[in-house]
Amino acid sequence: MTPARKQKLMIVGSIVLGSAVAVALMLYAFNQGLNVFFTPTEIAEGKVGADQNIRIGGMVKMGSLVKQGAGTTITFIATDTNEDIPVAYTGVLPDLFREGQGVVAEGRIDANGVFQANSILAKHDENYMSAEVKAALDAAAERKAAGGTP
Amino acid sequence: MIPELGNFAAMLALCLAVLQSVLPLAGAFTGNRLWMGLGRPLSAGLWVFMLLAFSCLAYAFLHDDFSVAYVARNSNTALPVYYKFAGVWGAHEGSLLLWVLILAGWGYAVSLFSDKLPLDIVARVLSVMGMITTGFLLFLLFTSNPFDRLLLNTPTEGADLNPLLQDFGLTVHPPFLYMGYVGFSVAFSFAIAALLTGRLDAAWARWTRPWTNAAWGFLTIGIALGSWWSYYELGWGGWWFWDPVENVSFMPWLVGTALIHSLAVTEKRGVFKSWTLLLAISAFSLSMLGAFIVRSGLITSVHAFAIDPERGLVLLTILLVIIGSSLFLYALRAPVVKGSATYGANSREVFLLINNILLVVATAMILLGTLSPLIHEAIYGEANRISIGPPYYNIMFIPLMAILAFFLGASTFSRWKKTSLQHLVSNLKLVLVASVTLGIVLPLAVASSFNPSAMLALVLAFWIVFSIVKDLLDKTANKASRWQGLLGLGRSYYGMQLAHFGMAVIITGVCLTSHYSIEQDVRMAPGESITINDYTFTFGGVVERPGPNYTAQSATVDVSIDGEAYITLRPEKRTYHARGDVQTEADIQVGFFRDLFTALGDPRGDGAWVVRVHVKPFVFWIWLGAFLMAAGGALAVMDKRYRHKPVLLAQQEALPPTADSIEAVAKVSHS
Repeated sequence: MTPARKQKLMIVGSIVLGSAVAVALMLYAFNQGLNVFFTPTEIAEGKVGADQNIRIGGMVKMGSLVKQGAGTTITFIATDTNEDIPVAYTGVLPDLFREGQGVVAEGRIDANGVFQANSILAKHDENYMSAEVKAALDAAAERKAAGGTP
Repeated sequence: MIPELGNFAAMLALCLAVLQSVLPLAGAFTGNRLWMGLGRPLSAGLWVFMLLAFSCLAYAFLHDDFSVAYVARNSNTALPVYYKFAGVWGAHEGSLLLWVLILAGWGYAVSLFSDKLPLDIVARVLSVMGMITTGFLLFLLFTSNPFDRLLLNTPTEGADLNPLLQDFGLTVHPPFLYMGYVGFSVAFSFAIAALLTGRLDAAWARWTRPWTNAAWGFLTIGIALGSWWSYYELGWGGWWFWDPVENVSFMPWLVGTALIHSLAVTEKRGVFKSWTLLLAISAFSLSMLGAFIVRSGLITSVHAFAIDPERGLVLLTILLVIIGSSLFLYALRAPVVKGSATYGANSREVFLLINNILLVVATAMILLGTLSPLIHEAIYGEANRISIGPPYYNIMFIPLMAILAFFLGASTFSRWKKTSLQHLVSNLKLVLVASVTLGIVLPLAVASSFNPSAMLALVLAFWIVFSIVKDLLDKTANKASRWQGLLGLGRSYYGMQLAHFGMAVIITGVCLTSHYSIEQDVRMAPGESITINDYTFTFGGVVERPGPNYTAQSATVDVSIDGEAYITLRPEKRTYHARGDVQTEADIQVGFFRDLFTALGDPRGDGAWVVRVHVKPFVFWIWLGAFLMAAGGALAVMDKRYRHKPVLLAQQEALPPTADSIEAVAKVSHS
């Protein structure tokens, strides 16, 4: 093999190796950062795997917000009008969080079926409903219209 | 009457923009100097009419003219005058008007500062800028006219400006950001002109460099302001969320940074030519992609504009036309501008190539993370959504930047064409020892806990700083006096080193605040206190305080150090009257080495509230570093060689840019 060819082989080899490492790292990172979105109905149907980090969306049910005494934990019920899911969150709520408004939360479902939220997504604009919440409500409405579960 | 005048001015601006996109270019093709010369007066006219249109909208805001729909939606009589003016760009229509105004401004600036450029180049550049302006003006006038009237049912009161935007940081954030975004249109236009003529030499790179640096500097400030704003205004105490809207502003910045470095190689060595063109096209394309993503409401984000699919579609069309046609042109013409010089495997060229690869890979991975929810949704339907969280970005981005920081320090001592390994090693030995020692010893001596990644970050920051210091010492060693030596170094050299120093400052700030911040969200009744490090925060309760257009629940948090009173912070929860929106106002004591951050959560009965108390070391350095970077960019723009080189420039155009001749010219500067 001529030196020039050898050099070329080295370059090609290192590019292949570098890309392989990059792709592997990327897939790993993707897995770490990926949150799949589920509606309360899908959760009720058992579509969520155990210990899976997910995003949920729905409306905060009227009268469901409970602020516990000593700590900073709050609980509320998120609903897509079809199914409900209890949510617990520790920390400061976003300003636009309100009963009867849309909410998107990120976290996982614990053994008791309570969604333990790590973060609650806030919207900057009151009139703006997140596409995720809207999709969840639309799906539930469609189900109702089709005569599915009440 | 005034709003109609504004509308009319915008229409006239559109006419001028159409003329500007056609006539100078046609002149350049046919050799008609009169037509080519029209570019300058047309761009001046465009600027004047856009300024008039903008002033008319500002007038409508300042005079509470709620017959203008946009004003009615985004202003209120009780709004302080300052925010009325800022309200002009507070929502979609007005901010688009600002976008076009700035676009026209950059075009006018090119026409002013291009007297040394050949007329046909100026004509082509201004024509391309005219085309871009035409596209955005059509979009403005036909889908998002800020001058639309509500003449039948004129409201007596406006709906008020979004309270989040009633803040100094956010009033100056969009203008800076747009200056950056739109500023890349100049480099883009230069790239298109180079593709059209097939001429891409050292002179071309030298014309393009200051414009790119300027746009990049503005974008740096714009992003930093956005981050600063989210830090103190969103009340979360975070400064970067890898939110889609942040990502889309960060991508053009990364590509712009790559472009700055690639342009340096193209100017000094005449290589990386087609790569430079591709970066110039990409930087502006990503800026427009950002505008599209933010304004189409396609991605769930903490600060998306209201959804309007029709607008999104029109913007997408403009985007596809501009990006598509420029890439098509690139595919056709890029082989014409091939570079000819060679360089060794260990040379400054290769170091800058590594810089470019790292920055572009970082951009690609952010792009993938930002767009994959969209792609996923397109494939699997609306109900199956995914989102990509911060862990993805952190895992990818932080190692890439660490490698970048390593090569940044090492490349300081590299030379063009060929560098001996020995030269590098002998220069870096001392730097390595010093940075590793300080980076490890300092946290051990000062910090409360052992943290290896913070150590690594500090080592890298010192690595960059000591490289810069050693380089400064080396460069002034053989001069009559150090002072004289320092004065002899060019502004673009100082600009480069200042920007690199800014990077070290940002690395320090980001890593120390990420690893050593202490964050507590606690329920506090009046009189209760919490101690973090040396600081004791005592909650004094909440009282009601009236503001100009809001009522605030104002808390007092007394901070003491070892029992001695230090400062009183007053975080607030404001309810804005017009919309009933609630807005958290954090109160922060900014310090050079640490910030004390307090924000009010929600009431929990009996006068108790949830209070967010953070002690954040070195967080100020993040914005300080960004400022230093932008200052470095500004310094490089002001370098003398961009102005006082008409003779040399002519020589260079005559001669093919051989390596040695360019190096001789470029000896003054180094970046």
